[in-house]
Amino acid sequence: MKRIEAIIKPFKLEDVKDALAEIGIEGMTVSEVKGYGRQKGHSELYRGAEYVVDFLPKIKMEMIVDGSDVEKVTAAIVEAARTGKIGDGKIFVSDIEQIIRIRTGETDTEAI
Amino acid sequence: MKKRLRLALLLLPTLALAGDKLDSGDTAWMMMSSALVLLMTPAGLALFYGGMTRSKNVLNTYAMVFMAFMVAFVAWIVAGYSIAFGTASSPAVQTVIGGFSNMFLNGISWKDLSGTYPTYVFVVFQGTFAAITVAIASGAVIERIKFSTWLVFVAIWTIVVYAPITHMVWGGDGALLFDAGTLDFAGGTVVHMNGGLAGLVLAVLVGKRKGYPTTAMKPMSVMLTALGGALLWFGWFGFNGGSAFGANSVAGLAYLTTTLAPAAAAITWVLIEYIIYKKATLLGGVSGLVAGLVAITPAAGFVDVSGALIVGIVGSIIGFFGVAVLKKKLGYDDSLDAFGIHFLAGLWGALATGFLAVNDQDLLWDGPLKATGDRMGQFMVQVESVVVVGLFTLIGTVIVYFIASALTGGGRIDEESEQIGLDEVTHGEKVMNL
Repeated sequence: MKRIEAIIKPFKLEDVKDALAEIGIEGMTVSEVKGYGRQKGHSELYRGAEYVVDFLPKIKMEMIVDGSDVEKVTAAIVEAARTGKIGDGKIFVSDIEQIIRIRTGETDTEAI
Repeated sequence: MKKRLRLALLLLPTLALAGDKLDSGDTAWMMMSSALVLLMTPAGLALFYGGMTRSKNVLNTYAMVFMAFMVAFVAWIVAGYSIAFGTASSPAVQTVIGGFSNMFLNGISWKDLSGTYPTYVFVVFQGTFAAITVAIASGAVIERIKFSTWLVFVAIWTIVVYAPITHMVWGGDGALLFDAGTLDFAGGTVVHMNGGLAGLVLAVLVGKRKGYPTTAMKPMSVMLTALGGALLWFGWFGFNGGSAFGANSVAGLAYLTTTLAPAAAAITWVLIEYIIYKKATLLGGVSGLVAGLVAITPAAGFVDVSGALIVGIVGSIIGFFGVAVLKKKLGYDDSLDAFGIHFLAGLWGALATGFLAVNDQDLLWDGPLKATGDRMGQFMVQVESVVVVGLFTLIGTVIVYFIASALTGGGRIDEESEQIGLDEVTHGEKVMNL
């Protein structure tokens, strides 16, 4: 069981969600985050006072998949989220020790 | 001379001559004007300032403006009105204040008239002016002045600084600047220079916000500020329009100038921003609007179309300079630009009135221009008025702040509270619970 964590540009959320739905991934957790890598921030202007904002808004998507699905899931995310410009984001894959579905008590692969 | 006497009668409400009858049109208009000006403080200015405050302090900023109206108006009835518009028995005293015989409106009956409308309405109208003047100063010391200190300051300042200045400019025969023939239609000196300079004094005495100017201090909502600006403009029709003291053609002129000058000012500010920063901000549009409104205030019933355009455009340029250049250069934390916009644009308007006022016997109140067509003389009278008002406010505000600070155990909140935010620490409230 693997956790796939993807940081993407916010406007790409719908595209990635649709692409994942097409390959059978129907569940995920999405949060609004801020961050930066190589993409420069933007500046805001209030009455002549300029603020350089380094942190950019991003979307973090988290989903748990079976180990065998990792490759097709990451490929789908990369294809849907890529714009070719700096700031497209990153995907992190890590191991999951245990899963429990709260309603039924199912565990591990049955709970994916 | 007749015009001056008539004006003096308007401003000496304890007299109600047999010739003055209640005119329902004038009365209705002055009542509406008072309501419009009231709107400017707990709605207009509160939103204008609140929107520009960091979210952890928005309610505190709003509360400072909101409660300033409450305290100032009560202080106005207690003593402010008497000092401003009463008539002191001794001529020496009458130069500066109107005495104390009308404290708590003693000696004024609900049937008394100020010209063609009830004196009580005049009291309310002028009281709304007192309230917004002191509220203007709050913008300079947001996020760090103690709430209790602020409220005590409001109460004392209204009586000790605002009322005497009002008397000197508008207080009738015997009052220093009134006698000199100062032209201040609705309060360029009395309200905007006064409140704006008081703000700067407070900003310097209370000190800068922690982290200023290197820490980002972003406005919570420019949209709220814009809404506040629009409400201020709406209310300003009462501010300037009502200063004609009747539903008449002079009010009509004030309506025109009060729409035209601010519109030109807003365009000017937006253009300047676009030229310098390549981005025209909404906050800039609103700031230009307010700068124009402030600048036209002393001139509203004295200038024509060209005068209004000049007042608005130059007022905006000066306001922009005050905000974007002067503040940075001199390093004071006049947080919401009470000095940068209100004082400087008000100063410009007051002086501009001297050389832009139309030489029309029916428009001019008094002064060298009206008497002998002496425009330079009128300009010098305007200069005299801004110097006297400026000095009085400067010294008076310092004294009042120290008193208020002493009475409340220090005017500045502690460092930890400043870090956490006043909404939580002082008010125990959050501006939004989503």
